[in-house]
Amino acid sequence: MERERVENRAGAQERQVPHGINEEVERVKGMQDTSPGYAQPGGHFGAFGGRFVPETLIAPLEELEEAYLEAARDPAFIEELDGYLRDYVGRPTPLYRAERLSRELGGATVFLKREDLCHTGSHKINNTLGQCLLARRMGKRRVIAETGAGQHGVATATAAALLGLQCDVYMGEVDMERQALNVFRMELLGARVIPVRCGSRTLKDAVNEALRDWVASVDHTHYCLGSVVGPHPFPTMVRDLQSVIGKEARRQHLEKTGRLPDCLVACVGGGSNSIGLFHPFLDTGVRMVGVEAGGVGDGPGQHGSTLGLGSVGVLHGARSYLLQDDDGQVMETHSISAGLDYPGVGPEHAFLKDSGRVEYVRVSDAEALEAVDLLCRTEGILPALESAHAVAYAARLARELGPGASIVVCLSGRGDKDVNTLSSARTRKNKPAG
Amino acid sequence: MDGITRLEKMFEGIGGRPALIGFHTAGFPDRDVSLRICRALLDHCDALEVGIPFSDPVLDGPVIQESSFRALRAGFRPRHVFGLVGELRKDSDKPLLIMTYYNPVHRMGHGPFCRAAAEAGADGLLIPDLPPEEMGDLRERAGERGLAVVLFASMTTPDDRLRMLAGQTQGFLYCFAVKGTTGMRESLSRELAPFLERARRFSSAPIAAGLGVSNPEQCREVGRLADGVIVGSALVKAIMDALEAGEDPVPALSSLVSALRDSLHQD
Repeated sequence: MERERVENRAGAQERQVPHGINEEVERVKGMQDTSPGYAQPGGHFGAFGGRFVPETLIAPLEELEEAYLEAARDPAFIEELDGYLRDYVGRPTPLYRAERLSRELGGATVFLKREDLCHTGSHKINNTLGQCLLARRMGKRRVIAETGAGQHGVATATAAALLGLQCDVYMGEVDMERQALNVFRMELLGARVIPVRCGSRTLKDAVNEALRDWVASVDHTHYCLGSVVGPHPFPTMVRDLQSVIGKEARRQHLEKTGRLPDCLVACVGGGSNSIGLFHPFLDTGVRMVGVEAGGVGDGPGQHGSTLGLGSVGVLHGARSYLLQDDDGQVMETHSISAGLDYPGVGPEHAFLKDSGRVEYVRVSDAEALEAVDLLCRTEGILPALESAHAVAYAARLARELGPGASIVVCLSGRGDKDVNTLSSARTRKNKPAG
Repeated sequence: MDGITRLEKMFEGIGGRPALIGFHTAGFPDRDVSLRICRALLDHCDALEVGIPFSDPVLDGPVIQESSFRALRAGFRPRHVFGLVGELRKDSDKPLLIMTYYNPVHRMGHGPFCRAAAEAGADGLLIPDLPPEEMGDLRERAGERGLAVVLFASMTTPDDRLRMLAGQTQGFLYCFAVKGTTGMRESLSRELAPFLERARRFSSAPIAAGLGVSNPEQCREVGRLADGVIVGSALVKAIMDALEAGEDPVPALSSLVSALRDSLHQD
């Protein structure tokens, strides 16, 4: 009872503040003293994070950090961002009690944080609006982005169109094929989609190519990085911008049930929707589970389980877990969902894994596909294949935790972009063997 | 002789003209040919950088990317670079530097990497994605083995940081001649001269400029502003063109690199 009252008070408090990033910055600043590792100077999370980039990018990253911290303390900036999040993105997104799903699972109550209802169809817009507003404030006239599933590319193209910025999106050739719908959407929005033909031709190489562009164009271009990866300040900045997910979910769960949830579940590719959900709960005892892409097996190249099966390394400007071989060459990955098909992961996740605060598990392609069917059938919601990984693990947990418990799942995106993949997976499955 | 001393002597010993530093991707197109290529480069250059091929070369343009991927496909592994350096050391006392992205060093560990590099006969390390703030104990481990850790400076580097980098670099200060990745450019940046003047003002170590320097004219122009000129992509491109034409790459490479060297003699 005591705990509930305290939480309710906290909830009442939270209702009064806008979901801006300024309080998050202040909060994190406060945390530096008491909980080292969450965001130390230089952008380190314990042994992870940092700024492993060519010298040409060091000064621009420092400028970006300063500009971001200044913007995050400027009421006019916060007001503008909050206004767009409310009236343009449609925030707050609902926390939906999935009754039929919960009944079917026969265990805990599952709540879905409906980021799929955000404008553009995923949580990515929370980040791109903040970064594009910042880019405009810094006087940059062009933004570039990498994209895997295309959701971040679409969200960047959207924010760029809204704010009158030129936009180029790097996308691996393999991903352009499996996410053709999103390629077309980006082009409709006035962005140029640049195919990446080197390496694995997926998200990793799209990041490489965007970094190469940025080293040459940094005078007038902002790199709108789509996840909590990359050199400092990106992991912190993107985390702050995505924390709106967890702040809303915490308040909404308190309003609906009078207490905090027992468990949070979110998928982890780079890890932006998951850190957005988890971060505002780090100071509670709530259990948290990050779900990585288990792909088709645990062998090299069969999955995207960076935290589960990787080792510590340096890629894309930060030290974190990495899928690499004995020589430190980065390995190819596999996932049915383009957004989780990435050999790296955000440095804060690496820290949260090693500290034991968050559990990281994996869900296979097949389980994710089953979860898509399950959610469509029970709730009439088509989740993105990325988010379906979280749904699949939540289904397992719901049975394990049993009635009375409550699970919040981040439904990070909608699945319209995946219909071709889903359709060919179904065809394969229905084809008789041999 | 330790690496820092060898580099210092090289800059002092060439009689006032700028040094020519060549680059080659180790293992490209394969181990044997890359050894012959490196030997040919050492005939004409004052020092040589050998690059460890990496799966994610973010600072490299298409030419060096392609050479890296081809070397990796041909089975090259980071430890082979020590074998290559060891072979080159047998018949050259010119400075030999290992250029690598950080992750292969991180993976092997600072101590083992520096030991292997030094035992092979390398004089220094160039790690373009590792700023001094993130080096940990790398400089100590390199120092124990007499390896120079060369730092980088860019046109975007502000004065106070440039002073810090110039003060901490060993052997020389590597100045990026372009904002961007490796690769050939039609002309030099207008920002290059003021940048190199600035670097000169802060650096008591020699300054060498590389990235985007690809022909004798550019080489001569950069040579007027710096103590050393570094050429990479143009050499690798010449090798690729020769291979494409079914020719031995060494003669074409030798004629290019001797033209580059001659351009530095003419002032």
